Amino acid sequence: MRGLLPFLASRLLRAGIALWLVSTVVFVVMRLSGDPVPLLLPSDAPQSEFARVRAELGLDRPLPVQYAVFLGHVLHGDFGQSIHFRQAAFRVVVGYLPATFELGLAAFTLALLVALPIGIVSAVKRNSVIDQATMGLALVGQSAPTFFIGILLILIVSLNLGLLPTSGREGWQSLVLPALTLGAFAMASIARLTRSAVLEVLRADYIRTARAKGVTEALVVAKHTLKNAAVPIVTITGLQFGTLLGGAVVTETVFAWPGIGRLAIQSIYNRDYPVVQCTVFVSAVLFIVINFCVDLIYGLLDPRVRSS
Amino acid sequence: MASSILASARAEPAPPSRARRTRALAVGGAVFVALLIVTALAAPLIAPADPIRQSLRGRLAAPTLSGADGKAHLLGTDHLGRDVFSRVIYGARVSLLVGFAAVVVGGLVGATLGLLAGFRGGWTDSMIMTLADAQLAFPFILLAIGIIAVLGPSFPTLIVVIGLSGWVTYARVLRSQVLVLRSREFVDAIHALGGSVARVIARHVLPNVLSTLVVIATLELARAIVLEATLSFLGLGVQPPTPSWGGMVHEGREYLDSAWWISTAPGTVLMLTSIVVSRTGDWLRDLLDPTLRGE
Repeated sequence: MRGLLPFLASRLLRAGIALWLVSTVVFVVMRLSGDPVPLLLPSDAPQSEFARVRAELGLDRPLPVQYAVFLGHVLHGDFGQSIHFRQAAFRVVVGYLPATFELGLAAFTLALLVALPIGIVSAVKRNSVIDQATMGLALVGQSAPTFFIGILLILIVSLNLGLLPTSGREGWQSLVLPALTLGAFAMASIARLTRSAVLEVLRADYIRTARAKGVTEALVVAKHTLKNAAVPIVTITGLQFGTLLGGAVVTETVFAWPGIGRLAIQSIYNRDYPVVQCTVFVSAVLFIVINFCVDLIYGLLDPRVRSS
Repeated sequence: MASSILASARAEPAPPSRARRTRALAVGGAVFVALLIVTALAAPLIAPADPIRQSLRGRLAAPTLSGADGKAHLLGTDHLGRDVFSRVIYGARVSLLVGFAAVVVGGLVGATLGLLAGFRGGWTDSMIMTLADAQLAFPFILLAIGIIAVLGPSFPTLIVVIGLSGWVTYARVLRSQVLVLRSREFVDAIHALGGSVARVIARHVLPNVLSTLVVIATLELARAIVLEATLSFLGLGVQPPTPSWGGMVHEGREYLDSAWWISTAPGTVLMLTSIVVSRTGDWLRDLLDPTLRGE
């Protein structure tokens, strides 16, 4: 286990810097946006009232002080009151989290269940019709815009075939299309990576040895190959999980899925900036925590990573 | 068993026709982009109708050669009676303008920071690279949404935000090239002879990384076009009535059931553009820069 602690420390430092940067950008953007007070008060409120609210929010203090106060609040999860929901922004965002988790987990599971077998079969049957068809599809899946994949699925599966609901969150049926949409990019990436990882291992000397020994082809793939191909697959797969969070904004909007992505977009329309900021920040924390865990798992699986 | 050993040994060397095929594909991709640029520039000449003129009588018309107004609507009309074909053509302007401008912004910022990190080294270097790491450790679209939400959507904001989301790759390539060259004796010789840093960059750094930069810029163009369309779809990009592919897909969403063409026409063109441009980047990479290859 030597080397793991410094590795952990450097990753923790990086995560910390990323979080600090995100909060600083949020602060700067918030200041650039101008005075939030007119949004909070009726337009005919007296001048004294404006001054009072401004002092209450600390807007009359020098910028560095405001920045320090802001960082302190962020550390406590305090992003102010939601203008639209009339309760703490942080509580609003937390309330929408389970739906996003549900969608993310479903998308991720679906992506893995589809991509892993496809990647393995494509590698074993290299240059076959299956290989070329699935890898062609994977290339499309990697470069097609998420929102249009969603629109096409709604059009074909829901409206034309009438198989699944177009939107909402009721029962497992309404989860299928959003999960497929959100998972499409990860699915394509994981399938392509699995294929190349398996191909890489199939070229190795020990696979040739196993075949020469008379091990059956099925066993060569199942036992000798997959174990060795697992490390790169686990890493990329883990990183894809983090990227899903970004795609959630689009997918949730397309399918009216009540998660934090849709909350963010609706809060923008409602000019509910505390909620917008809180969503951005909470997503950043989630993303960074997930990446950190992936790094950790990777470091445990493959000791070579720790030194680099 | 023997046959499978032979089979795996035989499959190794790549056929020479493959490079020729890749070149043909890359040329095809470049032609596609060129056609798109021509379409965007010549939009007023090509488009059969004014992309923002509404016609309440000709609303939601299916693709037809002789519409209610006596005109052809190859891709139908939308909920305001505007010609979808013309709007798709004009939409190319937005996609390409924002796409190319964002690539330039990202390239300039990335190149500057990469060169700075490479030549200065030390504290500057580690600060810039930490910034790059931190940015990669975050789904940029969330930040983009936050920034645009507050600043309001406009062309400059879009271009800067999308451009800044892609500076890291350029910076890394230039930095590592500078680091490679900095240790070489001829660079010291240039300095000793009074040559400036600018000369080293222009004569020795840039020529070495030019092909890599072209590949990155192509892949970035595809990413920028999709990001612009995504933001426009979310209502945070180009504002109506200016036609943009993402915005059009959004407008047609409510009419998917009755007028599917409003969303699918611009969406298909966008998807095709994104696939062709990013594949062209891959093909260029295979041709120009074999060291970058690998899936």
